[in-house]
This record gives sequence, structure tokens and C-alpha cells, in this order.
Amino acid sequence: MARYTVYRLLLLVPVLVGISVVVFLLIHLIPGDVVDVLLGIQTSPEAAAALRRIYGLDQPIHIQFASWASSLLRGDLGLSLRSGQPVSYILGSRLVVTAELTSLGLLLACLIGIPFGVTAAFRQNTTTDYVATSAALVGLSMPDFWTGTLLVLLLSIKARWLPPTGYVPFSADPTENLRLMVMPALTLAGGSASYIMRMTRSAVLEVLSQDYIRTAYAKGLPTHRVLYLHAFRNALVPVMTVVGQQMAYLLGGVVVVESIFGVPGLGRTALESIYYRDYPVVMGVVLFVACAYVVINLLVDLLCALVDVRIREQIVSLRQ
Amino acid sequence: MTSDLLSQKERSLTRLALSRLARNNLALAGVIILGLLIFSAIFAPYLTPYGPTTMDTSLRFQPPSWRHWMGTDQFGRDLLTRVLFGGRVSLTVGIISVGVSAILGTIVGVTSGYFGGWWDLVVSRAMDVLFAFPAILLAIAIMAVLGQSITNVMIAIGIVNTPIFARVTRASALSTRVQLFVQAAEAIGGSHWHIMVRHILPNCLPPLAVQISVAFAWAVIAEAALSFLGLGTRPPTPSWGLMLNEGRNVMEYAPWQPVFSGLAIMITVFSLNVLGDGLRDALDPTAGR
Repeated sequence: MARYTVYRLLLLVPVLVGISVVVFLLIHLIPGDVVDVLLGIQTSPEAAAALRRIYGLDQPIHIQFASWASSLLRGDLGLSLRSGQPVSYILGSRLVVTAELTSLGLLLACLIGIPFGVTAAFRQNTTTDYVATSAALVGLSMPDFWTGTLLVLLLSIKARWLPPTGYVPFSADPTENLRLMVMPALTLAGGSASYIMRMTRSAVLEVLSQDYIRTAYAKGLPTHRVLYLHAFRNALVPVMTVVGQQMAYLLGGVVVVESIFGVPGLGRTALESIYYRDYPVVMGVVLFVACAYVVINLLVDLLCALVDVRIREQIVSLRQ
Repeated sequence: MTSDLLSQKERSLTRLALSRLARNNLALAGVIILGLLIFSAIFAPYLTPYGPTTMDTSLRFQPPSWRHWMGTDQFGRDLLTRVLFGGRVSLTVGIISVGVSAILGTIVGVTSGYFGGWWDLVVSRAMDVLFAFPAILLAIAIMAVLGQSITNVMIAIGIVNTPIFARVTRASALSTRVQLFVQAAEAIGGSHWHIMVRHILPNCLPPLAVQISVAFAWAVIAEAALSFLGLGTRPPTPSWGLMLNEGRNVMEYAPWQPVFSGLAIMITVFSLNVLGDGLRDALDPTAGR
């Protein structure tokens, strides 16, 4: 396991370097540069040139990348053009909100997706199965901004149960915080729950056809033990993989969901910064989320290898 | 003569897959819905007496009626007309962005899987990096750089989709190039070009067909999401995402406005999803689902 972990960590390095190159290039592809945003168009060329020298924008591009990357390694992502605050500080203060929202979303998605997936597989080709698979198919076809709009329409405007937007920190008022998180978390969970349900169903179906399941039944084990101790445990690796993918996927989904519900997390910060052309913050969020995405995927793979010895042996032996 | 035999086998395999697809009711429903959507998008101007951007302030916020089946919006524009014309935007973005990324991705994927070596290394690492970004976030970041326009939406979606096509075709190319018939083609002196086009590419088509419908569904969602967030098409273009966003601000008085544009997105994505599932089952009957 240690060898496998080291091997996977080494593979991470080129990807992280690649991410930083892509983000750097994106910043430099923006028409005009930081100076144009700061000074506007009505400015003397001399002033602009002076500011460019201060920011090092008159240097060749590889030197700019080197200095950008070295400050990146020290955790320095630059300053926000709008507020002048360090980008790393802004990210840190918004991260908690996004982490709470994605965790709640993923939790809901698993709580909905996994039991329905197991049940649908166990009752394959019954009404239960058809209803669950159809619901998942519809769920997959509902983009999050549409689910969110419908929830606001039904739960806030028609039923008046929940406030349509807003955010209260968990530390200030836990109940109100959770009440406000219900709709964003449900919106985020919708599509993921459908994916998880479908994947769980097909993984469990695959396992249910195995000989050892027949053996388990034959030796007189009750159905629920066969299902959860034998079938579901062996279907765990594909289910864990899809849950991990969904967690990473939710990091993209939060951008839309946070902006619908006015949740002040990373995603909404990125969007607002796009409108204000505050590119250091936009790219800071993109960089951070991409790195988080890669690390989460790695953790999921490591977990899968921990559960299933075949995976780590296969990959390490491939290298030899 | 050899190529005749091969093409005959190809045809029969295609026919087999098509007949399996035709027996799948859900997939068939998907094809029919998609056909209707394409039809209504093409013939939108003939299906409605109104213009998609014609405003009439005396008709603001009309609920659905016989004159306006889906009601009207805050400018008195007929929503059914805008939904029909919105289909043009969604389908155009889907067809162009998916078409370009499928072609580019297939070229990159097939060549890297076939030749291997440094080219494959470069392509694989580049794909790893592009896969490291959540898809919608990458599209948003690209739109932030390129600026708001429908062409840029297609470029952004195309860039996000290309590595997926490259990965799918590379995997097929890798497994095909070790087959006996490829070795035989090499042995009789077939050129790289000939082997790739005649032997590798046909074996990439089944997963490619599935991926096209999946990518198309994502393109429709992404275009709507970008427009919804104010980064995609500009008003007054009748884009479903834009209409949904406009409708969200007035849904207290005019709930029909967001509902119909959202339904249009959902039905389109649904038809592409069931078609994709159907294609997957028809082309690879061994994959349990």
C-alpha cells in the first residue's frame, strides 16, 4: 500500500504543474492586462508602463511564470483588484461555506442514491425498479439551475416554507444555517443522487449474479445480510469511485448553485469576480478547485486500493 | 475483395445494433423527441405567428392561453415562440461544439493510441491536466477570458469536450492496434494512414457514438448554464438558459416563464440521455445495465 501511495503521489506532481500552467495561460490570454483593469482606458501610456514595470509585466513570459509559480508555492496568489485583499485570504474565508454545502450535498446524494440503487437491483424488473430507474433518468436530465429554480418556486414562493436565498454562518445560528442550506444542498444532490443510484444498481446487479451470493443464500443467511454484507460490500469499489467522482463534480456544480441561492462560497466569489474583471480572484478559485478536485480523486483511488487489494497489486505490477 | 468482405461485416454489425436500438422503446422515444425538436427548431418561423424578439408592452406577463400557449414575458414577447427559437440556439451550439470536439478529439485519440511513444505521452498528460478541472468551471473560466458571445460558448464547450473524445478513441485505438487483423494489415504493407482509417477508426465508432450523445446533452446543459449565469448568449437572443434566468426574477408573478424554458432544456437533455443509454446497450450488449 505504501508503494502504491508513493507512486500515486509522484504521478500527482506533473498534473499539478500542468494545472498551474493552464491557469497562468488563461490569465495571460485575457485581452488587456491587470494594468488596463486597474487604470481604465483613460490613462497615459507612461503611467501604464510604470505600473507594468512594478507588476513585472514587462518581463518575458517564462520569467513571469517563474515568479508567479514561486509565489504560488509560498501560498501567495496575488491581491484582489477589487478589494486589495490577498486572494489566499478570500479563498480561505469562503472555503468553509463551500465545504459545508458540498458535504451536505454529497451526504444527501449518498443517502438517496445508495439505498435506492441497492433496492432497485435487488428487485430488478419490478415496479420499484422501474420507478427508481425512471426517477434517476429524470434526475440526470435536470440541470442544477433548473432544479434550484423549481425548488424556490415550490418551497419558497408557493408553500412559503423556506426563504428563497440567504446565508447565516453555522457558528452564528446552526438551525437557521441548516434551514437555508436545505434547498442548495438538495439542488446539488439531485443529479449526483441519480448517478450514484444507477452505478450502485448496476454494481449490485453484477455482484448478485456471482456464485458466492448463491452460496450465501444456500447456507441460509437472511436476505438483508446477503444484501448488505455480501452483495453491497463487494459492490463498494465502483460505488466509492462514483461517489468520489460526484464529490469532485459537485465542486463544479457549486458555482451555479451558490449563485442561485446567494450562498457566499467560492463559486459565487468566482462569478462575482468575473463580472468585476477581478481576474486574480477568478484564477485563484479555478486553481484551488482544480487542485482540490485532483486531490479528492487521488484520495478516492487510494481508498479503493485500501478496500480492494487487487487494484494496488495490478497497478504496481504494471510498473515493474 | 478483402475490403468488400470487411465492409459487408461492418454493415451487418451496424444493422444489428440498429435493430437492437429499434427494440428499445425508451431509446426510440428519445429519437422521436429529438427529431421533433430538430424539426421545430428548423421550422420555428413557420410554426408561430409571432417573432422571437417582438415586444408588445400591452401584453406583459400574460398567463398561458389559446393565443399564447406558454404565456408572455416581461416585454410581452410570446414565450412559445422564444422556446422554439431557443431550440435553434441550443441545437446549433450542440452540433457545432460537439462536431468540432469529436473530430479533433478523434484525430488526437486515434493517432496517440496508434503511434504511442512521445506523442501519446504528451497527449495523455495534457488530457490528465484538462480532466483535473471540473467541466463547468473550466467552461466558466474560458468564458471569463474570451468574453460573452455565442461563438465563444461553442469554443468553451468544444475545449472541454475534446479531451473526453480523445480519451474514448485512444482507448479503442489501443485495444484495436494489438489485434491480429491490424498486424496482418501491417504485414502486407498497409500505410499508417490506411490502417488508422480502415481498421482502427471503425472500431472506435461504437464508443464514439455513445460519447457524442452524452457530450451533446452536456453541451445543451452547459450552454444553458453559461447563459443562465450571464456569461453565454446575450439578450435578447432567445436562449433557454437566459430565459430561465430572466424568468427567475419574475417568477412570483409569472411562474410559467421559468417553467417552460426549464422544461425545454430538461426534455432535450432527457432525449439525448436515453438515446445515449440505448446506443450503449445496442452497441455493447455485454455491458450489464
